[in-house]
Amino acid sequence: MIKDIGKYAVMFVGLILLQVLILNNIQFSGFVNPYVYILFIMLLPFTVPGYAVLGLAFLLGLSIDIFSNTPGVHSSATVLLGFIRPGIANLISSREIIEKGNTPNMKQLGFASFLKYTIIVVLIHHFFLFFAEAFSFAGFFHTLLRIILSSIFSIVIILASQFIIFKN
Amino acid sequence: MRSLFRFLLRNYFLMMFLALEAISFVLIVSFNNYQRVAFFNSSNNFAGAVYEKFSSIDDYFSLSRTNARLAADNASLRKQLQYRMSLQEQYPVNRPDTVDAPAYIFTSAKVISNSVNKQLNYITLNKGSRHGIKPDMGIIDANGIVGVITDVSPNYSTGLSMLNRRLSVPAKITKNNYFGSLVWDGEHYNTADLREIPFHIIVNVGDTVVTSGYSNVFPEGIMIGTIKKFDVESGTNFYNIKVALSTNFKTLKYVEVVQNTKRTELKTLEKNNISE
Repeated sequence: MIKDIGKYAVMFVGLILLQVLILNNIQFSGFVNPYVYILFIMLLPFTVPGYAVLGLAFLLGLSIDIFSNTPGVHSSATVLLGFIRPGIANLISSREIIEKGNTPNMKQLGFASFLKYTIIVVLIHHFFLFFAEAFSFAGFFHTLLRIILSSIFSIVIILASQFIIFKN
Repeated sequence: MRSLFRFLLRNYFLMMFLALEAISFVLIVSFNNYQRVAFFNSSNNFAGAVYEKFSSIDDYFSLSRTNARLAADNASLRKQLQYRMSLQEQYPVNRPDTVDAPAYIFTSAKVISNSVNKQLNYITLNKGSRHGIKPDMGIIDANGIVGVITDVSPNYSTGLSMLNRRLSVPAKITKNNYFGSLVWDGEHYNTADLREIPFHIIVNVGDTVVTSGYSNVFPEGIMIGTIKKFDVESGTNFYNIKVALSTNFKTLKYVEVVQNTKRTELKTLEKNNISE
């Protein structure tokens, strides 16, 4: 348990640094900005109580906000993610995996379920995030294009990270 | 009362979610009104220090490119100096008083954080109030305008980049001196919209657009870009002009902060007009 807390603390800091120092600087063609830090919320074990998930999600979003001068934008999106996570978990995986308190990673869920999980989470998060950022529905299709392109990159990076961790 | 508590306790997950979302939206909205808490932007010392550490590592990889650019800058400045000196030899003027002290002072600074892919892009510089930087100073680089300083801490400062839809800069077309305002279109990092140019004047693709100097933030004649395309929207009296920005916001590294030493004087003078 203690070991797990340490592991997640390192992941929390590591993902924030990865996001603000490297991924935010990709800026490929001005359209694409992958947001991979949500992997932290995705990978929290199912045993973590709801209030802790929401609290951690808020902290994570706020940390990203402080670095990118966007107070509230990321935190609103991550809190939404923390709120709908149990629902998505029920949707994609069988009850016994959830009840055993497993971590929803690729090894536990299997590739197909994890892919579905990632796509749903990333799309909802990015959709909310980009519209919270633009704060209007003017230029709807322009924002939609940015959402789709960035989502593709985020999904690929998240899947690749799982392949690298569980390569054996 | 007790049933209310029981209701809240039973739905604590939903309640906590709504509370946190409410906090987030208050942050977003108050940010929209420019009422920023100093803590929440990257001019605060902790985030600034992290960015600067990383930026100093990143510098090594762009040394040769930066050198080449500085050399090119030097060459063009030397050329201008030569021209000014030759003018002075032809028409010597001797005015030893301070009335003509330069209105604008330039301070060089390094960009330690910048973005081009958001709707509201910000820029963070490694100089702050200790180096004489104050809010409302302009930021330029060798190629053209970059943005305006908004917040300052002792060692760092942040500002709106030109790629921020909340920034509007008074601009004019060099050819005929008609002025309008330049606002980013939010789409591409090297185009912006020039607004309020009446459609009875003649503009061409390739015309130069520079700062008009009316805002007292930028000196007059700082390069902004060239006209890329234009059309007239039906039912309006103004052109829709797209300007290709001359500054490359993706490779921004060294910039200059412009201080207008006579800004306070101008402001007090102009305030009289409003109060009368």
